[in-house]
Amino acid sequence: MSFLIDSSIMFTSQVLFFGFGWLFFMRKLFKDYEVRQYVVQVIFSVTFAFSCTMFELIIFEILGVLNSSSRYFHWKLNLCVILLILVFMVPFYIGYFVVSNIRLLHRQKLLFACVLWLTFMYFFWKLGDPFPILSPKHGILSIEQLISRVGVIGVTLMALLSGFGAVNCPYTYMSYFLRNVTDADILALERRLLQTMDMIVSKKKRIAVAHRTMFQRGEVHNKPTGFWGMIKSVTTSVPGSENLALIQQEVDALEELSRQLFLETADLHATKERIEYSKTFQGKYFNFLGYFFSIYCVWKIFMATINIVFDRVGKTDPVTRGIEITVNYLGIQFDVKFWSQHISFILVGIIIVTSIRGLLITLTKFFYAISSSKSSNVIVLLLAQIMGMYFVSSVLLIRMSMPPEYRTIITEVLGELQFNFYHRWFDVIFLVSALSSILFLYLAHKQAPEKHMAL
Amino acid sequence: MAALDRVKVLVLGDSGVGKSSLVHLLCHNQVLGNPSWTVGCSVDVRIHDYKEGTPEEKTYYIELWDVGGSVGSATSVKSTRAVFYNLLNGIILVHDLTNKKSSQNLYRWSLEALNRDVAPTGVLVTNGDYDREQFADNQIPLLVIGTKLDQIPETKRNEVLTRTAFLAEDFNAEEINLDCTNPRYLAAGSSNAVKLSRFFDKVIEKRYFLRDGNQVPGFSERKRFGGGTLKSLHYD
Repeated sequence: MSFLIDSSIMFTSQVLFFGFGWLFFMRKLFKDYEVRQYVVQVIFSVTFAFSCTMFELIIFEILGVLNSSSRYFHWKLNLCVILLILVFMVPFYIGYFVVSNIRLLHRQKLLFACVLWLTFMYFFWKLGDPFPILSPKHGILSIEQLISRVGVIGVTLMALLSGFGAVNCPYTYMSYFLRNVTDADILALERRLLQTMDMIVSKKKRIAVAHRTMFQRGEVHNKPTGFWGMIKSVTTSVPGSENLALIQQEVDALEELSRQLFLETADLHATKERIEYSKTFQGKYFNFLGYFFSIYCVWKIFMATINIVFDRVGKTDPVTRGIEITVNYLGIQFDVKFWSQHISFILVGIIIVTSIRGLLITLTKFFYAISSSKSSNVIVLLLAQIMGMYFVSSVLLIRMSMPPEYRTIITEVLGELQFNFYHRWFDVIFLVSALSSILFLYLAHKQAPEKHMAL
Repeated sequence: MAALDRVKVLVLGDSGVGKSSLVHLLCHNQVLGNPSWTVGCSVDVRIHDYKEGTPEEKTYYIELWDVGGSVGSATSVKSTRAVFYNLLNGIILVHDLTNKKSSQNLYRWSLEALNRDVAPTGVLVTNGDYDREQFADNQIPLLVIGTKLDQIPETKRNEVLTRTAFLAEDFNAEEINLDCTNPRYLAAGSSNAVKLSRFFDKVIEKRYFLRDGNQVPGFSERKRFGGGTLKSLHYD
């Protein structure tokens, strides 16, 4: 009986999460595009729903809600479904939509989608070989095999995002790094852009006039197409067309220049906006936060280095550590069990909420930046895949932040993974990502004022 | 040819609707083989015979400025795009017949181009509201072109064409529906070609024969002079 009640509670919450994912998709991600393929929206919402349910189960674990055996059952069920989606459905649909964008392969869409999926599965499997993630006594198609690989990919993603985010956050918030951009700079650049466009126009006019006179004189000028056409055009060439070819080359070069100028102008406009924003109250608040975050970032990099160098993985979780410190050093006595449960609930809850929110915001920004009406389906599915893998590996890593009595269920359900490996791997990738972000941002920052001076 | 003879027509629309293919078709009478992403703005030139077939026939160059991007871009990108909206003489609004959102976004596109505030660095001041009055007294000729007609099945064609007819009416403009990969839609003598020719003639007329060759003032300036009082009456 209690199992039925528990299941219905889980089901209701899943429906709620599904609805939230649906709304997020419609209102935020796809607000400028038309949803043609509902299957994309459904897959995204389903992935989101099942990922959130996993977090919900962790919270239930800490709070002791629901029956222990039904929790275990739902864990297994959830895990199976999510793995099914991440390994089978989403990659297949990504392949399908990529193929449907290519005109050539339109006829045998399904066939090529299957081929793509098989390639994905091959590389996905091969991924597990170089890593010591499993004890060798498990079968081929067990949950542990799949989870371990998904975990590796997800942890790499998390570490990359964290590393980049930890460095980028203070860089964006602090106004110390803002380059000085004046209106005169922008005007000068815009003038250059318009001049380039004028030059392109005048050259194209010449080409158009030449084409027209040739057409009227009865010479039909066919552009050399294909391989043999190119070879033929080497030996036989119309005198007028050589001149045209030269002008066409100049036009191509000018067009490339105009694109560069356009991007630079957009960059300057964005910087100018940021300067104006930093003068407002909100801007000042973020500036202050930026200093705070830069200290946090330096500390994290330091900790990651220490972990790797001294080869230690944190043995105790922050909650127990904190309680130990307060009890031993500060001499405050309180009911350890009661407080540890509540504090770990709050801590884990905060981690979960901020990571979901951070991920959704990052995904939205990324989506706006790179999608178009042709590729929007593929990109959303890729984002759903990343989101699913990210959440699964969050579960792996969150285990470290929980006191031992709550870790058991994760250990039980996920099987005998080498959890320590994942933490080590996270530290390594985090360090690499943070350092290369610093290098990258430094170079980008250096290069821009030089470009500026050269104008 | 003198630099004063320029006629500038903007080609606006969402990304992926087929503006580059359309412009290539209009200028070269050939289908674009490998359409790719447009960054910034690409220009092409079409030679147009004004008042073809009459004694007053004269050849003009019409510059088609194909501005890429999406209507929901960041403000900085919009401000950068605004530099191309200078001194325009006509606008071609392109939408995808298979995608309703692209048709709805045309309102925002036209407002972006027409509401350009005359500020030194081109920082845009738009409220994004669609107001029919603004299009009623607009002096810049508009043309609405719907692409990918071949991808609409026969059964749905009527419904789609009625919808686009309403759209064109809202803009007080002519409309053409075609497929950019098929030059036969713009073959000489077809009704589409006639509409196109009429549109370009109108653009040239407004540009050269309206006020003794002076440039037609921008949309926002007109609002400042005369439209302001009309609007306040409307809201009473």
